[in-house]
Amino acid sequence: MTFSAQLEARFDKLLKSYPPGRQRSAMIPMLLYAQDEIGQITGELVNEVATRIGVTPLQVNEVLSYYSMLHTKPLGKYHVQVCTNISCLLHDGDKLYEHACRKLGIGHKEVTADGEFSIEEVECIGACSWAPAIQVNYDFHHHVTPEKLDQLLDGLRKKP
Amino acid sequence: MLFNEPSPLETKVLTRRFGLPNSASIDTYLATEGYQAFLKAAKMKPEEIIAEVKVSNLRGRGGAGFPTGMKWGFVPRTSSKPKYIVVNGDESEPGTCKDRVLIENDPHQLIEGVLIAGLSVDAHAGYIYIRGEYRYLIEVMEKALAEAYEKGWLGKNIQGTGFDFDLYAHTGAGAYECGEESALLESLEGKRGIPRIRPPFPAVAGAFQCPTILNNVETFCAVPAILRDGGAAFAALGIPKSGGTKMTCLTGHINKPGVYELKLGFPVKQMIEEVGGGIRHGKKLKAFIPGGSSCPVLTAAEVEGATMDYDSMASRKTMLGSGGVIIMDEDTCMVKAALRIMRFYAHESCGWCIPCREGTTWLKKILMRFHDGQGTRTDIDLIGDIAKNMLGRTFCPLGDAAAMPTISIVEKFRQEFEDHLNGKPCPYEHSGSMVTV
Ligand SMILES: Cc1cc2nc3c(=O)[nH]c(=O)nc-3n(C[C@H](O)[C@H](O)[C@H](O)COP(=O)(O)O)c2cc1C
Ligand code: SF4
Ligand code: FES
Repeated sequence: MTFSAQLEARFDKLLKSYPPGRQRSAMIPMLLYAQDEIGQITGELVNEVATRIGVTPLQVNEVLSYYSMLHTKPLGKYHVQVCTNISCLLHDGDKLYEHACRKLGIGHKEVTADGEFSIEEVECIGACSWAPAIQVNYDFHHHVTPEKLDQLLDGLRKKP
Repeated sequence: MLFNEPSPLETKVLTRRFGLPNSASIDTYLATEGYQAFLKAAKMKPEEIIAEVKVSNLRGRGGAGFPTGMKWGFVPRTSSKPKYIVVNGDESEPGTCKDRVLIENDPHQLIEGVLIAGLSVDAHAGYIYIRGEYRYLIEVMEKALAEAYEKGWLGKNIQGTGFDFDLYAHTGAGAYECGEESALLESLEGKRGIPRIRPPFPAVAGAFQCPTILNNVETFCAVPAILRDGGAAFAALGIPKSGGTKMTCLTGHINKPGVYELKLGFPVKQMIEEVGGGIRHGKKLKAFIPGGSSCPVLTAAEVEGATMDYDSMASRKTMLGSGGVIIMDEDTCMVKAALRIMRFYAHESCGWCIPCREGTTWLKKILMRFHDGQGTRTDIDLIGDIAKNMLGRTFCPLGDAAAMPTISIVEKFRQEFEDHLNGKPCPYEHSGSMVTV
């Protein structure tokens, strides 16, 4: 597989970051960074990472299924993650999540037909003091109201 | 960037550079006594460094509160194996968002803390494990690491001291359990985050089976101040046996939620009223969680006279925990709160041991049924029974973390469970049932 020059540089650095014979340590970061570039974790990617770190594809698959951020199916271009854990719940995070589902017409881990958006109800994302919080891809949004969410999603939809 | 206004009642030690222009840059750091503590430590004997940390009464800020100096002392410094420093930046305990601001606003303080830990046990490499959701902090950290290498504060023969140290940022990929120290070490080796049996503890067999110091981000961030101003000065900020300050995240029904650096021993009442501006909408306090969702819940009456420190919380049979304060007002449904907390643990249980995997799942189901008004009177005791049967019987502390808040909620708010009996709608909720995964 070929990746962008930045990703290749990242991989090179990762493979040099662990003690000799411990290249397997690079697995999870490599999978996540590659997913960010190609959108999902494909069988081809699993084989590629396995070869580069010297393990079997089975060993990669076994690890892959453990981590909630690693996806074997494509997500929307904008992955909307709404926290409903306790501190957000106390600020109506559950209602915000329901609002987002209604607005986009999809539910947990579903993708809109045009592939633009996906939704996930997530556990605490570390923004508890600025609740309710969401992440769109890696971007945090704090103190989100249904109105702010509408504006945000409408703005993203218009983006080329 | 700061997400909330600071409070005049804060004691700024770890946050002293917050709000300065470019507070994350090495130039700002060096201009404000940065890396001076490392230079001082480099002239000390390793045992003197550890002694200073012991004097400071610094206790682990990740949740368990283990004395840091003692932990460092367990590492066999003269072992022929390489030694490692590992930073726990997995921060996923619900209610907790403080390591995030520490890394974002002052990453060099963390690097310096790690370097001093390295000196104390003769370690020459370290890893900063950051939860995957905090991708932007990986970029912040990598920038800071590059600056430190460029200016000779990392790498070979740092500032002519003869000390070598390499430090790397490592991303997680979504798993609360990877914050548990031994699961984190497995994850760092490219494996599933299944905890390890202990002993051996990480001090003896940690990263790559080598002796390792593993601490929370905030713990390492306290170390430069301890070496710079002396352990005694740090200890004096707190109260006996609990030195220094604690990054405290005020969350929930409070007027000024935010992350504040408060002296250990800070009165809870004052924290709520003056730092946090009181309970939202002039309501009364119903329940209080001192440090993340794993801590037993306190009632408003129990909060009377409490202070934010290890002993005061232990005497009330709860824990200071991670610093994630969760405040619930009089209109909060405690059944719903218990359910949401349990849903989290059921989702995050790694599935390795049966009492936790099955216990959390069953409790989630019973609580769900209860909140929907389908509970029975015997269920109330069943919840308490299942949770008590998990206590102390699981492979890692996640099982206890799930059981403890649940037991406390059932015991202290039993009436609210009664109020949900016989198909009655939730007395606190007027807008239908709760979303479910
Ligand atoms: C389920 C579970 C999750 C944990 N999550 C974290 C975490 O996100 N960050 C953290 O520093 N410690 C976490 N801990 C505590 C660590 O196991 C460990 O005690 C801590 O990192 C040690 O550092 P300290 O002594 O500086 O607190 C967790 C523990 C458990 C049982
Ligand atoms: S207590 Fe839970 S999280 Fe810990 S090992 Fe057992 S199943 Fe895994
Ligand atoms: S509870 Fe929602 S960000 Fe922590």
